[in-house]
Amino acid sequence: MPEEKVRALLVSRLGVPPDAVRIARPRRVFAEVPQERLRKALEMLKNEEGFTHLVAITGLDERERFAAIYHLGKEGVVVSIRVPLARENPSVASVMDLFPSAELYEREMKDLVGIDVSGLPPGNRYPLPDDWPAEDHPLRKDWKPEKGGVDER
Amino acid sequence: MNDEREFRIPVGPQHPALKEPAGFSLALKGEKILGAEIRLGYNHRGIEKGCEGRSYIQALYLVERICGICSHSHATVFAQTVEEIAGVEVPARAKYLRVIVGELERIHSHLLWLGVAGHEIGFDTLLMYTWRDREVVMDLLAEISGNRVNYGMNTIGGVRRDISPELAAKILSGMDVIEERTKYYLEVAAEEETLKDRLAGVGVVPRDVAEELGAVGPTARASGVARDIRKDDPYAAYGDLSFEVVTDDHCDVYGRTVVRIKEVLEACRIIRRALKELPDGPLAVRAPRKIPAGEAVGRYEAPRGELLHYIRADGTEKPDRVKVRTPTLANIQSVKYMLRDRFLADMPIVVAAIDPCFSCTDRTVELREGRHTRVQTWEEMRLAGIEWYRRLGVDFEPASRKLARRIDG
Repeated sequence: MPEEKVRALLVSRLGVPPDAVRIARPRRVFAEVPQERLRKALEMLKNEEGFTHLVAITGLDERERFAAIYHLGKEGVVVSIRVPLARENPSVASVMDLFPSAELYEREMKDLVGIDVSGLPPGNRYPLPDDWPAEDHPLRKDWKPEKGGVDER
Repeated sequence: MNDEREFRIPVGPQHPALKEPAGFSLALKGEKILGAEIRLGYNHRGIEKGCEGRSYIQALYLVERICGICSHSHATVFAQTVEEIAGVEVPARAKYLRVIVGELERIHSHLLWLGVAGHEIGFDTLLMYTWRDREVVMDLLAEISGNRVNYGMNTIGGVRRDISPELAAKILSGMDVIEERTKYYLEVAAEEETLKDRLAGVGVVPRDVAEELGAVGPTARASGVARDIRKDDPYAAYGDLSFEVVTDDHCDVYGRTVVRIKEVLEACRIIRRALKELPDGPLAVRAPRKIPAGEAVGRYEAPRGELLHYIRADGTEKPDRVKVRTPTLANIQSVKYMLRDRFLADMPIVVAAIDPCFSCTDRTVELREGRHTRVQTWEEMRLAGIEWYRRLGVDFEPASRKLARRIDG
């Protein structure tokens, strides 16, 4: 069971409490990992368990804080590692060196949710226009369409 | 002129060689591409944000409009992900119907791609042929759902439309036509020297690179990476239906062409099998309006590859977060790799080879019935099209008659 193995690994090697790992159904694992152990968790899953496919990165505004979810895939299994982030200046380090496919996913999270990603190479933003205000992040819960000067209709 | 000078040219966001807006900044040395920077986002419409302000059912229709080609993919994966959170078990018949429409969508998408690929390399006859054959599937989809695009098949808890035995028979004879035509395209791909010469060795991505860059769909499978969500993470009725995952080891645009053609044949087989084994029973179960708090990751093998929806519910009738990761976003890193050290002239076909889907679609039918507007039937539209061409001196009559005879048996 790869799902059980992932749980055991996160609990024994990273000290994640057992109730912070949830096997929702076959092939779906959700885990919460503190930010300082994120890198270790991703490296371990990639190098030791063969989760070489970064399927997506989701940015979340959970109101009292932010969170980023790294969805890692191996064959049919998806492990979603959720990292809680502070409400003030949320920021994560880029994982592009581990997963080259991360670039656009990280840029998208930065633009839409406003979670800063340190260590991204210079390049175009994605997906908002170049003249979009830097402090306007549409997927934040307190952002209203009028703020971006865009009519909802 | 010193053609060894390095310079940078912009291609796009609006450019005759591109079918959809995307900005490329190409560093060139002579005719050779040294590197590419890609700017996307011109079609960003805020659909994820839009979902947060709408009920699950409204959001279902909204996500269906993310794409005009793989609309059923988005609607199905959204419905499945919400059903997973709510613990709704979908009836078996609905699962099969989702598969049938999903595979019809794959056929029309791949045939559309084959035509575009032909056009990009100056082989417009292929475009005309494949797009004519694609109409067989478009008509079937219109007959099943009432729409050529955005079929509206899904609801949370099942599907909204059934396939009658008469319609099933029509789909089966349509599949005979598609299969016969597609076998011919496979022959063209295998024997037509100009096609092979133009596509082989272009846009190369070796297996390990495709894997590392997170390529999905036919782009990955043509590099020997057997990634297919239908097999790896079965949804709907795919767990019950036997089928093959098509792979190829050419690792280039030629390989991607072969994979897509063979996937059309495989889709015909899946549809036949699904129609044969179609279980009886209800089309949908009642789903709660308020979805209990929870989260789920849904995956779907869209025509362009793995599509992911992450949905978080907070116990209300509106989703708290809908995250969509489309296959094109996953394949963009591979495009950068494919363009490097290649010739500028290869750029359009290399970009087209991942079958990028940056945007959506238009509709020509005016749906309001009023003093100046009127709903046209499919038959009226078809006749208007034929008449318009006839006035220009092009007569499709014999060809259409032949095709119609074969579809009606």
